[in-house]
Amino acid sequence: MLRLISARRQQGHRTTTYPDGPAPPLPDRFRGRPTIDVAKCADGCRECVQACPTGAVTLTDKMRIDLGKCLFCSDCADACRDHAITYTNEYALAARRREDLVIEQDEQVHDLAAALDAKLLGLFGRSLKLRQVSAGGCNACEADVNVLGTVGWDLGRFGIQFVASPRHADGLLITGPVTRNMELALKKTYEATAAPKIVIAVGACAISGGPYIDHEQTCNGAEALLPVDLYIPGCPPHPLTILDGLLRLLGRIEDGSRPAARSGA
Amino acid sequence: MSLESAQTTAFTNGRSIELGAIPTLEFDGFEDAILDAVALGQRVAALFAAPSARPGGALLYVVLADDRENRLGVTRTKIDGDSFPSLTPQCPQVHMFEREIAEQFGSSPTGHPWLKPVRYHRSWTGRDAWQRPAHEAILAGVTDFYRVGGDEVHEVAVGPVHAGVIEPGHFRFQCHGEQVFHLEIALGYQHRGVEQAMAGGPHARSIHYAETVAGDTTIAHATAYCQIVEALARCQKTARAQTLRGVALELERLANHVGDLGALAGDVGFLPTASYCGRIRGDFLNMTALLCGSRFGRGMVRPGGVVFDVDDARVAELLRRLDAAERDTAVAVNLLWDTPSVMARFEDIGPLPRQVAMDLGMVGPAARASGLARDVRHDQPSGIFRFAHIPVSTYDAGDVFARAYIRWLEIQQSTAFIRDQLSAIPAGEVRVPVGPVAPNKLVVALNEGWRGEVCHVAITDAEGRFGRYKIVDPSFHNWTGLAYALRNQQISDFPVCNKSFNLSYCGHDL
Ligand code: SF4
Ligand code: SF4
Repeated sequence: MLRLISARRQQGHRTTTYPDGPAPPLPDRFRGRPTIDVAKCADGCRECVQACPTGAVTLTDKMRIDLGKCLFCSDCADACRDHAITYTNEYALAARRREDLVIEQDEQVHDLAAALDAKLLGLFGRSLKLRQVSAGGCNACEADVNVLGTVGWDLGRFGIQFVASPRHADGLLITGPVTRNMELALKKTYEATAAPKIVIAVGACAISGGPYIDHEQTCNGAEALLPVDLYIPGCPPHPLTILDGLLRLLGRIEDGSRPAARSGA
Repeated sequence: MSLESAQTTAFTNGRSIELGAIPTLEFDGFEDAILDAVALGQRVAALFAAPSARPGGALLYVVLADDRENRLGVTRTKIDGDSFPSLTPQCPQVHMFEREIAEQFGSSPTGHPWLKPVRYHRSWTGRDAWQRPAHEAILAGVTDFYRVGGDEVHEVAVGPVHAGVIEPGHFRFQCHGEQVFHLEIALGYQHRGVEQAMAGGPHARSIHYAETVAGDTTIAHATAYCQIVEALARCQKTARAQTLRGVALELERLANHVGDLGALAGDVGFLPTASYCGRIRGDFLNMTALLCGSRFGRGMVRPGGVVFDVDDARVAELLRRLDAAERDTAVAVNLLWDTPSVMARFEDIGPLPRQVAMDLGMVGPAARASGLARDVRHDQPSGIFRFAHIPVSTYDAGDVFARAYIRWLEIQQSTAFIRDQLSAIPAGEVRVPVGPVAPNKLVVALNEGWRGEVCHVAITDAEGRFGRYKIVDPSFHNWTGLAYALRNQQISDFPVCNKSFNLSYCGHDL
């Protein structure tokens, strides 16, 4: 017993004060929201487009990066001799509409996720129970969702909780590209969840198929089967990106859009 | 006894050989080569089919690991029809490999006692080992499950969607009251076609497939892929790059081992260690992020070396965090061994006897906890592990306690290793250019991931593309060990048994 108490003293209090206090510091090499400085793209060589493993970078009338497909690997930025693409330290990435995940060249304002409508906010705002469904993918997304339950983040203090049965849930949080082999199980889980219900897609896989985009063994993400209410990009998204997205959905963080991130952080 | 014989070609981890130098044996000779090697204590690291030049035909390749001699052996045979004699009855450790060959190539191992699909997909050849009609969907987990009969026997089915935030899989227990007679595990729900997509590479996605074979094993799988490319391109990595890869690999081990000890504590309701280790795991992940920006090591390892270098300040910060995490881990973990209620739930639960572990071809901490001194870092060393030796930790009880305790021993070894390496990093570049990949070669890369042996095998075609790329995650060997460990246990002990192996679904399903 004494050892238990002394261990408790030694380990200390570790829960972050975010969002009331500052966000926990991110590593300087963290790759968050990209910016595209098209003025630097002298000759449109398309090296970035070719380097991208998932087809997230496109160069037509404008240069665009689809964060829903992006693995945040920075292969595109590394391929660019002119440094036109920069991955910043900006972690807030979640959106309510699929098209809001597409970053355009020289974009100054990025639309981040808005809160649920008043009715759903009334129902879920102070208590949101989620059933997690892992449907393909590499399990890193699940791991960083799970981390939010540890003492460092303590997701429970926002009334958000993962529950064991879809019958107890207000919605699904889906990871993975939705493999053909998980299609049926995902549908059944959704049907078993009581309405009204929401769907959250976490990670490039669940949004677009991620690294497995266009594999015949997958459905290219949750959207192929279900209506998605919140997209949280990343491969995997940092726990802070996931928490930020959930809190925006619940109206706990309110600045709906923010200036394009500082570059070169 | 060494592996040198007319039947196999001997080589080492991470060295390529000419395809033409590999003998193509008659099936009997192939069978003898495997059975003789296994009788001498060698292991089957991989057994797989590859398309042959003849339409409809296939070649079977086997990679044998001679751990005592620190060498590998490879040989092959042709299979022409839609079946071949199963070796499983004489050599149980190939049972999953043979099921996989049946599923991928439609060739049935005749006499296999347990011939069921592995991942529930259509074969790559159009031939089906189970004669399932082409128009009927293949449903995951729909198979002939083993059943125990009798009035008082009941069946418990769990999954694919589980109660926790974990991956999907289906578990069937045959129980008598609380006692489990038999557990059968059906996987494949995470199957996303990684091996098929690797064929035709190297291409822009190859490294990303490797990094996401199992997200918690990013460094080990990415390193194995890079070793393959480097061997095929005859690229010499710098000592500095090898050191940083080793540091990243051990950080990956630390994060997962600490996380597992926390989860084991959680499964027996001992919350102090569960909460402390849950957080300390994050401290180790954040150290990896300090190296490369990603908590899972994404973007760190690339062909030719590593992408991110460290300067003195970063090394100092890593060492400072390592010291703090080491102190916190020791306090949190030692509570387990001092708490009788925890020990009562760990000891004698889920035993896997040494001989069974050997027969099943177990790898990693689960093998070492059953007394098998198997560790790629020691037996088939590559990279930094050829110069810096990490002692192999073993324990002989084979129960949940042994699997937990092995992790604690390895945590201490890995911490010391990282400290040593960071304190004396060789100077130099961290990445060198990599040339084109050579045609008509075979190369095997083995790495000791935190769950055990990560094995990649590549065969290049005449154009220098991957004609076949085989991936063996340690979980592929080890899931059967979990099923075995549940025999005659209480079904309520399944969670703690399962966690003591903590196997990967996505690594198995590919
Ligand atoms: S960082 Fe994103 S957009 Fe750039 S190459 Fe990688 S996946 Fe493509
Ligand atoms: S999005 Fe990336 S991290 Fe998440 S499951 Fe898919 S591959 Fe893994």
